[in-house]
Amino acid sequence: MTSPSVINSSFSSENSFFSELVQETFALTRRLFLQLLRRPSTLIAGILQPLIWLVLFGALFSNAPDSLIPGGISYGRFLGAGVIVFTAFSGALNAGLPVMFDREFGFLNRLLVAPLRSRSSIVLASVIYITSISLLQSVAIMMTASLLGYGWPGLTGLLLVLVTLLLLVFSVTALSLGLAFALPGHIELIAVIFVFNLPLLFASTALAPLSFMPGWLGWLAALNPLTFAIEPIRAAYEGNFDLGIILIYAPYGEVNGFECLGVLTFLAIGLFLLIRPLLNRKLA
Amino acid sequence: MNSIELQNLEKSYGSVRALRGLSLKVPQGCLYGLLGPNGAGKTTILRIISTLLAPDSGSVHVAGKDALIDARAVRKLLGYVAQEVSIDKILTGRELMSLQGDLYHLSNEDRDCRIGELIERLDMNDWIDRRCGTYSGGMRRKLDLAAGLLHKPRLIVLDEPTVGLDIESRSAIWQLLLELRGQGTTVLLSSHYLEEIEALADEMAIIDNGDVIAQGIPHRLKEQLGGDRVTLRVREFSDENEASHVKKVLEGVQGVRQVVINRLQGFSLNCLIDKDEVIAQLRDQLLQEGFSVFSLSQSKPSLDDVYLQATGRTLQDAELAVAGIRDFKLEKKKSMR
Repeated sequence: MTSPSVINSSFSSENSFFSELVQETFALTRRLFLQLLRRPSTLIAGILQPLIWLVLFGALFSNAPDSLIPGGISYGRFLGAGVIVFTAFSGALNAGLPVMFDREFGFLNRLLVAPLRSRSSIVLASVIYITSISLLQSVAIMMTASLLGYGWPGLTGLLLVLVTLLLLVFSVTALSLGLAFALPGHIELIAVIFVFNLPLLFASTALAPLSFMPGWLGWLAALNPLTFAIEPIRAAYEGNFDLGIILIYAPYGEVNGFECLGVLTFLAIGLFLLIRPLLNRKLA
Repeated sequence: MNSIELQNLEKSYGSVRALRGLSLKVPQGCLYGLLGPNGAGKTTILRIISTLLAPDSGSVHVAGKDALIDARAVRKLLGYVAQEVSIDKILTGRELMSLQGDLYHLSNEDRDCRIGELIERLDMNDWIDRRCGTYSGGMRRKLDLAAGLLHKPRLIVLDEPTVGLDIESRSAIWQLLLELRGQGTTVLLSSHYLEEIEALADEMAIIDNGDVIAQGIPHRLKEQLGGDRVTLRVREFSDENEASHVKKVLEGVQGVRQVVINRLQGFSLNCLIDKDEVIAQLRDQLLQEGFSVFSLSQSKPSLDDVYLQATGRTLQDAELAVAGIRDFKLEKKKSMR
């Protein structure tokens, strides 16, 4: 039997920093998408769940008095923006799970003994993956909602919707990745996701307008980042692309579209800065 | 030249001192074995060498590079095969190797060519395109090994590479390790199997309680021990009390260098004696003290004896001692980032 030599001369090629960074990030992202392709249940559930919300809640409040929603739009149209944001939010909240499983099963160690150009590529791959999935799910919901007669924001509107969602997804992904490194195991991570998920939905303007809420809940909803994403999208669905107009009449004051997006931008940057020391330590 | 040089390594996990000023040198091109019971600190050493873990103090040099300063240079030269096989169940073996190739920045041609080479060499053709989740323990280990060798490392570090494997897989891995050594790769492996170290290692170190307590070439270590071994029982199953009594008697005999009680074998006594004539004296002395001799056997020193001499207990005894107090939660925590 002839056995090919296991050791020839070593591979010695050293490419540019950037091309190697792209190579490793692409490979890590590809792995996440392969996983998704072979286990599509989370993707499907991620689209089905908001659809069920849309249909059930839409039906539940279809006979609601006109005074519920300011501006006299149908509840279904009102709900659409909330469900889109909630879809992106839940998807991003799960961003930490694959990382947590990699930590638990030792796969992360395989990545850490490799001569990665930057350990950021591990985080970057997760962000690329989750962002694409969340946006994909959201667009699927938007299209279904439009089939249900809940409207379509048009091309400019779509752009505004995507930018808003992107900012929210970045923030929530950062939070989830931070939790994935800070918590001891996936049970704890799932528990935290479970605790955050629905209360944040209910304490936002996704299901009902601020004017409909008791004072204390109004305060919560007006501070909830989801609200800052929901209102610009809702306005876009109404055909209002002017970010200068007031979108939230909060107990603490009026908030316009620019301010909404500003808060989300600030949140995304702030959270990434916040988790950076943690990631640096864990991936050192 | 040394492939690995560790100096005065200290590492603690909370209040547990895992390494106590450990120093170790592994010559280039050597197949080096770390022998020790679970919990001795072997995994911690290997994790430090492979840059997964930083010591609290001490220095780590791998292939002339300072692993604490230039970790990436070390990572490029080193292949690491962890104890707990870390594969992605959803990917096929080939996809996993391909991912690994990209993490080591091989060009596409180099990567695919090398993957083909390893599939051939490790006889993985029949199953490499199936998902890893369906693999047996032996297949997983082979894949893990192949992934570790993908970038042609100058040094490969393996943490208990054959634990829990069937005999066939084990011998396949042994053969590969010997072949690698033959081609000039430095191989460092840990094991708590005496026969594995005996069969493979050019040089070895015995690790106990976070430090090296003996090191050298296995047959030299045995020769250095010198003398003959005598295993002796005064009845088929003795008890601790009687055994320690007999131990005192035996220690009084001239020519007896060491007596150790082997709890695992019915409190038999392992003696190290200078020459054959001592055996007769042993018998006489025991009879005088009112003991009979149930069995007595004589042998040349084995690695187990080397271990016994160095630590005062058999390897098996050491394994059992930690078996009851292993903290799996802590171990998991240590391996997680």
